[in-house]
Amino acid sequence: MLVELFITLVKILFIFAVTVGFFAPVLTWVERKQSALMQDRIGANRADIMGFTVLGLFHIIADALKMFTKEDFIPDGANKVLHTISPIIALVPALLTFAVVPFGGQYTLFDTEVNLVISDLDVGLLFVFAIASLATYGYVIAGWSSNNNWSLLGSMRTASQMISYEVTMGLTIIGVLMVYESMKLTEIGAIQENFWMWGIFLQPLGFIMFLTASIAENKRIPFDAPEAESELVAGYFTEYSGLKFGMFFMAEFIEMVTIGAIMTILFLGAWHIPFLTTATLLSWFDFLGTTGSNLVVMLIHVGVFFAKVCFFIYLQMIIRWTLPRFRYDQIMKLGWKILLPLSLANILVTGLVILALN
Amino acid sequence: MELLIFYPLAGFCVVLALGVVFNNSPVGSALSLIGMMLGLAGIFVLQQAHFIAILQVIIYAGAIMVLFMFVIMLLNLKKGDDMGWVARDKNLLLSVLTGVLAIGILYKISDILFSAKIDTPATLPDSFGTVANIGETLFTDFVLPFEVASILLLAAMVGAVVLAKNKLD
Repeated sequence: MLVELFITLVKILFIFAVTVGFFAPVLTWVERKQSALMQDRIGANRADIMGFTVLGLFHIIADALKMFTKEDFIPDGANKVLHTISPIIALVPALLTFAVVPFGGQYTLFDTEVNLVISDLDVGLLFVFAIASLATYGYVIAGWSSNNNWSLLGSMRTASQMISYEVTMGLTIIGVLMVYESMKLTEIGAIQENFWMWGIFLQPLGFIMFLTASIAENKRIPFDAPEAESELVAGYFTEYSGLKFGMFFMAEFIEMVTIGAIMTILFLGAWHIPFLTTATLLSWFDFLGTTGSNLVVMLIHVGVFFAKVCFFIYLQMIIRWTLPRFRYDQIMKLGWKILLPLSLANILVTGLVILALN
Repeated sequence: MELLIFYPLAGFCVVLALGVVFNNSPVGSALSLIGMMLGLAGIFVLQQAHFIAILQVIIYAGAIMVLFMFVIMLLNLKKGDDMGWVARDKNLLLSVLTGVLAIGILYKISDILFSAKIDTPATLPDSFGTVANIGETLFTDFVLPFEVASILLLAAMVGAVVLAKNKLD
C-alpha cells in the first residue's frame, strides 16, 4: 500500500516535471526559434547573462521574470472572481489528461509491478475526451468575465469551434475503439507492440482527422480564429496580463504535449520501437538481472515515447508556421461539412472491414 | 472511507443545486449547474459506475452546458437585466403535467428508498460498471428501449434541422 502510494507520487512528480518544468518553458523558446528558422531570421538571441546567450535559452528566464512582475490587471466592470479563476480552469484540464496517459509499459522492479500510468482507468479514452470538453469553459468564461466585446467575440468563437470539432474527435475515437476493442489506453498501447497494428495503419483517415480536430481544439493556427489578433486584438485573453495570461499561454503549450502524447498512444505505437518486442529488448539486457534489464528497457521505452511526442510537437509547430489563419466560416465548413461526414464514413468502413475479416 | 467522500460531495451538489435556482445572474446559474454535474459525476464514481460518470461529464457538463453558456452569452444577459423570477401566466395544462411528473418521481424515489436494504449492501461483481458489461446489458436486455431512445433523438435532430431551415428560407 505504502509502496504503491510512493510509486504513484513519483509518477505524478515525473509528469509535472516533464510538462510544467520542461516542455512548457522550453517550447516557448522552440516556437520562437522555429518561426525564425522558417522566416529566415535569427530569432531569440538577445537575453544574456554576463555575455553568454546559449542560443537564446535565457529568454525562458526573462519571459518568466516578466510574467511574474507584470501588473495583474482586472478591468472595470469585470466579474472579479470569474476573471481570476478562468485561467486556472483553462490550465487544469491540459494537465489532468496526463492522469490516464501511459508513458511506458509494465515493468518488474525490485519484485514490484510498476505500471507507467498514474491511473489505469477502464474508461481512459473517454476520460481524455471528457477532459478535453471541459477545457472549453476556461476560455468561454475568460472572454465573458472580461467585460470586453473583443473578448466576448473571442469566447463565442471558442465555444462554437470547440463544440464543432469535439464531434469529429468523438467520432474518430469510435473508429479507434472498434479496432482495438478496448478503452484502456494501456491496452491500446500494449497491442501496438506489433508494428502492423499501429493506429496509423489501421485508421489512416482517423489519424488525419484526429490531428486536425485536436489542433482546432487547441486553437492554434490555422484554427486560431478565437484569438485572431488582426480582428479581435487578442480574443478571449485581451484583458489578461501577467501570470494569468501566462497560464493561458502555458495551457496552450501543455496541450500541445498532451495532443502529442494521445496521438502517440492511439496512432504511433505508444512506447514501442518498430519490430522490437519488449521480450527481445529484455533478453538483450539479460546480463543485468531482472531489475537491471527491466530498468534499462523502461528508460528506453520512456525515451522512445517522449521522442514520438516531440515529433508530434514539431509537426504542430511546422503546421502553425506554414499555414495562414482560416476564416471563421471556413472553420465551420471544414468541421461540419467535411470532417463530420468523413468521420461517419470512417466508422462505417471500419465496421464493414471488421465484419468482413471476421 | 466512502462516507467521508460522499458527504462533502453530496453537500457540494446540494449547495450548487440551490445556487442554480437562487443565483441572480444567468451565467452564475449555469456555472453552478456545471459544478453540480461534476459533483454528481463524482458520486457516480463512488458507486463504481465509472462509465456513467464519464458520460455525465461528456454529455451534460461538456456538451449541453457549453451550449447553454453559448446561448446565454449570445443574448448577453448581464446582472440586473431584470432576471428576477417572474410568475408566468397560468397555464393549466403545464401545471398539471409538472405536478404529475413531480408526484411520479417522488413515488419512484420513495419506492426505491423503502424497498432497499440499506444496511446490507449487495456485493458487486468485479465487472460491475465496466464498459463491456454495460454494453452487453444495453444490447441484449435493454435493446428495445435503447433503440426507441435513439429514434427519439434522431427525430429531435431532424426536427431541429427542419425548424431552422424554415426560418432560413
